[in-house]
Amino acid sequence: MITVDSLTRSYGAHAAVDHVSFTAEPGRVTGFLGPNGAGKSTTMRVIVGLTDPSSGTAEILGRRFADLPNPGREVGVLLDASAQHAGRTGREVLRINARLMGLPASRVDAMLDLVGLTDEEAGRRVRNYSLGMRQRLGIASALLGDPSVLILDEPANGLDPAGIRWMRDLLRGFADDGGTVLLSSHLLNEIEVVADDLVVIGQGRIVAAGTKQSLLASGETLVRAADATALGEALSAAGLTATATDGGLLVTADSARVGQVAFAAGIAVTELRAADGARLEEMFLELTASTSREGAAA
Amino acid sequence: MSTTLSPTVAPASPGVHADGGARRLAKRPGSGATDGTPERIPFGRVLLVELQKMFDTRAGFWLMASIVIASVIATGATVLLGDRDSLSFDSFAAAVGSPMSIVLPVVGVLAVTSEWSQRTALSTFTLLPSRRTVIGAKLVDVLAIGAVSMLLALGIGAFGNLVTSLVTGNDAVWDITASTFAKIVLANELGMLLGFALGLVFRSSPAAVVGYFVVNFVLPGISGALASSQHWWAEHAGWFDLNQTRFLLFDSNLTGEQWAQLGITTLLWIVVPFLVGLRLVMRTEVK
Repeated sequence: MITVDSLTRSYGAHAAVDHVSFTAEPGRVTGFLGPNGAGKSTTMRVIVGLTDPSSGTAEILGRRFADLPNPGREVGVLLDASAQHAGRTGREVLRINARLMGLPASRVDAMLDLVGLTDEEAGRRVRNYSLGMRQRLGIASALLGDPSVLILDEPANGLDPAGIRWMRDLLRGFADDGGTVLLSSHLLNEIEVVADDLVVIGQGRIVAAGTKQSLLASGETLVRAADATALGEALSAAGLTATATDGGLLVTADSARVGQVAFAAGIAVTELRAADGARLEEMFLELTASTSREGAAA
Repeated sequence: MSTTLSPTVAPASPGVHADGGARRLAKRPGSGATDGTPERIPFGRVLLVELQKMFDTRAGFWLMASIVIASVIATGATVLLGDRDSLSFDSFAAAVGSPMSIVLPVVGVLAVTSEWSQRTALSTFTLLPSRRTVIGAKLVDVLAIGAVSMLLALGIGAFGNLVTSLVTGNDAVWDITASTFAKIVLANELGMLLGFALGLVFRSSPAAVVGYFVVNFVLPGISGALASSQHWWAEHAGWFDLNQTRFLLFDSNLTGEQWAQLGITTLLWIVVPFLVGLRLVMRTEVK
């Protein structure tokens, strides 16, 4: 359980994080979504006590991170997979962390196994690791203390598709076992596959938060029929707004109502379903556009 | 709309989940963790882990090894090149002492700065949020390394002294008292502390090492030049120049006034930077 309450972090006059509040619940994967520079990493650094907040609070399991007696045993953190001593081997990195947490050395081998780093790879110095291997090592380190909360900043960076799949299954399993997962990403697609809840941040502020279903549901229906023109006429006759999209019609009504109208008009539909979360994606694109360098083109 | 990242990636495993986290976190096999709130990390463990971190990289290992290597070379050179008939234990102590006075402060600097240069501070401070504890453990380790290194160096010097007496047939001259040795150790520990404090202030290996050498080798030159033209400075430099009195520790007996000067300059050059650096480390964000 992570509770962030009205968290603000300012640099001079600029608020990188501006009154951010959200909760990450146990048993659920909370996706922390926002374009680069939106304040995701700063928020996460404040949560784990690496950055002091200007105001507001962040608590994990009911306590400030700094008050956790042995944080690694309760919270697994991976903020930057590259932040490891280049001259240590992967195994040495884990051994040191295990020793500090007071864990037996056997735990190191168990975690190497879990993240799929071979003996040979674990014996290599981190400077020779690919980004994907560093992410796996970072995950191993985060899971070492068998925590009940995971905080991961862009963990899918550098992973290949199979690695992303593996990571997703791992996080799903962790949450299904009752763990809390807070996971950030700047890619909507990446996060919507695994997250149960979404917190969307832009320019330091929360712009949307809730369960994935509620955010992705657009309240619109996509309908297709062989005779799109007749269907369009029938829908407008019924007082519904329909806009043409890619061979189909996007209707501001639920699918039951749209189906009735088509049925009454005797039109056979070829597809009828709730439209995708276009609103979330559009909102996210707008956010990205207004903060990214492609803004003018988007 | 496709919700997958790539055609080869299938949707997430069908972990149906509706209980909102009422379930306890199931312990995975091989878990070494126990239930309930874990105990606070004991300071002794932090000391050992920080000590291990100073030795277990290639750079760290060779830095530590260089203490022994430099002592052996200095002792060997003294036996081979010195005027053997007049060599005493004191000559060897001086010979091994000078490389120590360069290597040990670098140990002090790197103990702190490697956390930032290698960016390990990120994981160090998330596993142990009390930065004061981490810095405290490093400080104790650094001072212990200084004392052990000096004992080691002196042992190697003593061996050189014995070898010399075997070569010349003269009796070995043991002309170092415990208090002389203690002063040499103190001088080197002060050097390490200066390095440590500069490490805290700069949190960057190159900046802090250069800073140390400026303080140690450039400032004495400037102070000397100033003293030769400025009568007042020549008289009073001892109250401001750490090196003047610290260097006396290596080979002289200090007067009461000189001890006072050592105290003042230590405060000025070591304690103040240390406190400033500690404050910076406590407050700055770790990225």
